[in-house]
Amino acid sequence: MTFELSHFNAALLFALCASTVFGITQRSTPRDMFRYGAYCFALFVGGVIVAAWAMWMIKH
Amino acid sequence: MANPQKAAVLPGSTKAAPAQTTSMATIAPLAGWLLPGLGHFIQRRYLRGLLLMLSVFIMFFAGLGMQGKVYSFNTGDLLDILGFIGDLGSGLLYFAARIMDWGIGNIHRAVADYGTKYIVVAGLLNFIAAVDAHHIAIGKKP
Repeated sequence: MTFELSHFNAALLFALCASTVFGITQRSTPRDMFRYGAYCFALFVGGVIVAAWAMWMIKH
Repeated sequence: MANPQKAAVLPGSTKAAPAQTTSMATIAPLAGWLLPGLGHFIQRRYLRGLLLMLSVFIMFFAGLGMQGKVYSFNTGDLLDILGFIGDLGSGLLYFAARIMDWGIGNIHRAVADYGTKYIVVAGLLNFIAAVDAHHIAIGKKP
């Protein structure tokens, strides 16, 4: 059983699963859970994009 | 010397309710650790339990699919010990992986290292979920 994912897709899957758990466990109401989960997901993905551009700029 | 304030807050009539809370406060996190989401299911938080279960299962099996490594008990490098503790958080999934000899790891694939991290993080997320089940059981969270 092997699973092929690009680096970006692996980061997206990681962000989705981690932010789901963070949202459910760190907030009390369903609305807050959804908002916090979406916030964490945006931070994860935003962090990946910023880090990717930073590495690109260091290289060039 | 006895503390009169402490004695005042320990009447015999209030002992039944905490005893009930204590049993669920122990069972829920234990069940949640053994099977991700079960701690929420037994407290009738079905949707939360399902989402937690899906998240941990997807991360764990995606990690195995990427040929990540499942750590065994060790007393060597500190990072290996921490990896074992993280993996152990997946509960029965970890023991199943060890019994079935899954997660040998593949040092020739860069993505296999991601898989190793996926498996560790699946366990750590399940620890958080188990603590959440405990908080629900003691009434700290709705």
